[in-house]
Amino acid sequence: MTATATSARSDLSELGRSETALRTFLHGLPGVDQVGAEQRAAQLGTRSIKTTAKAEAIDLAIRMVDLTTLEGADTPGKVRALAAKALRPDPSDPSCPHVGAVCVYPAMVPHVAEVLAGSGVHLASVATAFPSGQAPLEIKLADTRAAVAAGADEIDMVINRGAFLAGRFKEVYDEIVATKEACGDAHLKVILETGELATYDNVRRASWLAMLAGGDFIKTSTGKVPVAATLPVTLVMLEAVRDFRAATGRQVGVKPAGGIKTTKDAIKYLVMVNETVGPDWLDPDWFRFGASSLLNDLLMQRTKLTTGVYAGPDYFTLD
Amino acid sequence: MSERVAVRKTYKLFIGGKFPRSESGRSYLVQDSNVSLASRKDARDAVVAARAAVKGWAGATAYNRGQILYRVAEMLEGRRDQFVALGAPADEVDAAIDRWVWYAGWSDKLPQVYGGANPVAGPYFNLSAPEPTGVVAAVAPEAPALLGLVSVIAPAIVTGNTVVVAASPAAPLAAVTLAEVLATSDLPGGVVNVLTGRLAETVPTLAAHMDVNAVDLTGVADAELAAELEVKAAENLKRVLRPAPADHDWYADPGLTRMTTLLETKTVWHPKGV
Repeated sequence: MTATATSARSDLSELGRSETALRTFLHGLPGVDQVGAEQRAAQLGTRSIKTTAKAEAIDLAIRMVDLTTLEGADTPGKVRALAAKALRPDPSDPSCPHVGAVCVYPAMVPHVAEVLAGSGVHLASVATAFPSGQAPLEIKLADTRAAVAAGADEIDMVINRGAFLAGRFKEVYDEIVATKEACGDAHLKVILETGELATYDNVRRASWLAMLAGGDFIKTSTGKVPVAATLPVTLVMLEAVRDFRAATGRQVGVKPAGGIKTTKDAIKYLVMVNETVGPDWLDPDWFRFGASSLLNDLLMQRTKLTTGVYAGPDYFTLD
Repeated sequence: MSERVAVRKTYKLFIGGKFPRSESGRSYLVQDSNVSLASRKDARDAVVAARAAVKGWAGATAYNRGQILYRVAEMLEGRRDQFVALGAPADEVDAAIDRWVWYAGWSDKLPQVYGGANPVAGPYFNLSAPEPTGVVAAVAPEAPALLGLVSVIAPAIVTGNTVVVAASPAAPLAAVTLAEVLATSDLPGGVVNVLTGRLAETVPTLAAHMDVNAVDLTGVADAELAAELEVKAAENLKRVLRPAPADHDWYADPGLTRMTTLLETKTVWHPKGV
């Protein structure tokens, strides 16, 4: 048993050496039962989470939010305001926890770093020619190094979907390895952009590829294409991180991003995490939500639970 | 040939232009019909629908809103017999139809009567314009069921507000049937939302809701409940219309107060440049 596990571990670390070995391994992964995955995700979405469990879920979800702004119109003032909100999401209630991280473009990292310094809120930056990833490798790596040098301690990279879909797995693998190296101590989140991968089988393959290459997190989407995070896609990715830990002993985080707008949605994801990979992942270090409007809805629901009165969006910041 | 089985109607809520059952799944019996018993979550959903409808409805031209209210009168005229069959006296149905027409006419006149140019001591144009306050939570009077309901809905929506109305618990059939009229009158979904059931369950939720801008307590007969609701409404300074006196004559000229209470006045100063 131990011998098999050890040999499996060494086998996996050898995979990146050749295109053929990678392809054989990724195509050898069991296929995803599409109907089954969708039905399972829908079924987990019907759980009823109320009262104290709901209050705990909301606080956990707030701690898991990667408060994100990725607009061409971002200004230093706007990102500073967002960072201030990340520290104290509900200024009227000191018991409200801070969010997991703030996620911005590399050019905005220095402005956010000033505000977040020493607070425990992480600073994530997208890099590698986000959101398309269609740039020469040198530029992607320079993008990454610049973001880390400016103070980002988490890097959200996009995989080269063009290469992945064309079957050039080694190229994608090498890019992730190179980016991981450029990150230094910073955590690397690998964005699969599942909306462009077309099938659950591809999502499973891309998840494994990203984990084999050393990604610390796998993330569903950039939020820039019409299909963002969905429950079934996240289910497939959670199963991948579970199987990966069983095979290698290394735990990888998951971050659904885009399209998660309500507390109800967020709680569905938390239920799925608990039921699929267990409480080990119910922690901001291992599960995050990439979102912007979700936070206000979480705060409104939190206020409803503490005051007993339905809250209105007039009393929360516009961002 | 077997005898035909009549189709029995289920009277459902009217939220966001749709007719959902109560989220709670409950119903109660009125005149041998099942009527949804709304819960506070239905009230919450109705406020969300009403809020979503504010932008489009307040942004529509006054002329357009007037046309739609007139259209409601047209559709109601076509369903006269149905309301009479539910127990409304014919003259009440007539009065309800006339009330829609009366309010329809006010849509593009109220800003001229209630707003306008103010004389000021300086070289400025000073203009006041009434604007809708937003989401209004209203309680319809117990009787007359149809005319009373129309008399609380129409003055709120004619100026661009959206409404969540709690129908009279004893006479909800007219309210749901009126909702069917509204649903076929080009009125955008969510502008009027109708809740049926116990007032004590839904109305306190609406009065306390921070995303509601005004409450119309017309139909609250219980003085203690009315006082409690006013206290809840004070939390975010909602506009409040007090309960109607017991001897209120619903057939008389309604006056402008019902419309003007649910407005905010925007005043603009502009240099004359002479």
